[in-house]
Amino acid sequence: MCQRNEHSGQALSDEIVREVVFRVQRYSPGQDRPVTREYRVPVTRGMTVLDGLHYIRDNLDATLSYRFSCRMGVCGSCGMYINSFPRLACQTQILELNSDLVDVRPMPNYPVVKDLVPDLSQLFAKHREVQPFIIRNEQELEHPTAEFLQKPEELLRYLQFTYCIKCGLCLTACPTVATDPRYLGPQALAQSYRYCADTRDAGAEGRLRIAAGRDGVWRCHLAGACSEACPKGVDPALGIQLLKRLAVLRALSLKKPHSPAPVAGKRTGVERRPGIPQPPPPTVESR
Amino acid sequence: MANGSQTGQIGLRGWVYAGRFGLERYAYTLHRITGLGLLLYFLMHICVTSSRALGQAAWESVMGFLSHPIFRIGEFLVYVAFAYHALNGVRLILGELGLGLGNPVRPEYPYPIAHRRQRPLFLALMIISGILILAGGWDFFVTKH
Ligand code: SF4
Ligand code: FES
Repeated sequence: MCQRNEHSGQALSDEIVREVVFRVQRYSPGQDRPVTREYRVPVTRGMTVLDGLHYIRDNLDATLSYRFSCRMGVCGSCGMYINSFPRLACQTQILELNSDLVDVRPMPNYPVVKDLVPDLSQLFAKHREVQPFIIRNEQELEHPTAEFLQKPEELLRYLQFTYCIKCGLCLTACPTVATDPRYLGPQALAQSYRYCADTRDAGAEGRLRIAAGRDGVWRCHLAGACSEACPKGVDPALGIQLLKRLAVLRALSLKKPHSPAPVAGKRTGVERRPGIPQPPPPTVESR
Repeated sequence: MANGSQTGQIGLRGWVYAGRFGLERYAYTLHRITGLGLLLYFLMHICVTSSRALGQAAWESVMGFLSHPIFRIGEFLVYVAFAYHALNGVRLILGELGLGLGNPVRPEYPYPIAHRRQRPLFLALMIISGILILAGGWDFFVTKH
C-alpha cells in the first residue's frame, strides 16, 4: 500500500520510520490513584497519536479506554494532554512531536472516568448556562417563513467563534479554571460573545447578566493559554475580551441594544433567470 | 477522582505550569501573586496606621519595630509588586477594552491569536516596569535619605 500525500508529496506507506514509547496514564474507577504504563509503538508516516492508541488497543492492551469519533478534528472527542500540551489526539502527528516518548494523559481540570476518558459534563453544563442560542421574541423563530438578513461583515464579527467543537482543551489550559471550578471558562464565554455579537439576536442583556456575573468574564486576566491550545483557531481569549468590552459599554449606556436583523421580505420586481430549475416543493406545510 | 478534587481541578499548580504556553500565562500568575501581595500589604498598612489611634506611645513603638531593615526590603518588594501589577494592569485594561487585539477573523491556518498582537505593548510595558524597579531599588538602597 503506498499513496502520495498531496500536500507534502511524500510517500505515505506502511514503512516504519521510528519506534516510540507511549507512556499512558491508566486509571480505573475504584483505583486509588492513576498509574502509568509504557507501550512500544512502531510509527509510520502520517500516524497520529490517536492511531498510536488504536495500535496499542489492537495489539498490546485491549483494556485501554479513550474517546474518539470523527478522527478528523471535528467532533471534539479526543482532547488529551499530550507531551505537556492540550491537543486533539487525532490531529497530532507523532513524528511532529519529535520525541521518542509520547506522554499521554487525560485532560487536566476534568474528572477522569477511565484511563484517557475525561468527564466533560461540567463543560457542557457551562455551555448551556450562557444561553448559546438566538433569542428573540418572535413567532418567526418557531415557525420560520424566511431567513434573517445579515451582511457578510456582520457575519465576520462572530464567525470565528462558531468554529468551536466543544473539545474542552481550552479549559485544560486556563489557569483560572485550575483553581475556580465555577468559572464559566473560555469555551462558554466565547460562545456567549458569539451570540451577543450576532445581529439576529436580541438576547444580549440576559446573556450578559450571566457572562459578566460572579463566575464570568471578570475572572479572566488574559493568560491567553486557551487561545494557544484551541485546535480550531476559535481564539476564545479574544471572545472574552470583546465580551468584557460589550459589558462595559452596555453598563455605561455607551452602546444601545440593536434591533435584531429583519426577516427577508418577499422579493418583488425580480424575474427568475431562464433555465434555472424550480426548487423542490416544501417538505413541511407552511403556516 | 483520579486527579485530585471532585471536579478534577489541577489547583494552584495550574497557575505555575500546565504546558508550554506563551509569556502571557506567566504574566497572569505574576499578576495574581503581586495582586495578593498588595492586598496583604494594604491590610497590614491599615493595622499599622490605626495603631496611632491607641496613642503616641503605641504608634512610636510600632514605628520603632518597623524600622528594622527587613521591613525596608519588604517595602521594596511592595514597590516591585506595584510596578509590575500597575503596568501589566494597563495591558489588561487595554485588552479588556478590545484595544490592540484586533478584530475576529476567519480561522485560517496558521490560526491567528489575538493577544500575540499585543506582545510589543506587553514587552514595552515590562521594560518600563523594569526601569521603574531599578530606579526604585537605587532610591531605596543606594541614595541616603
Ligand atoms: S474554544 Fe477551542 S479549545 Fe475551547 S472547546 Fe471550543 S474548539 Fe475546543
Ligand atoms: S476524533 Fe473527533 S476530534 Fe479527534
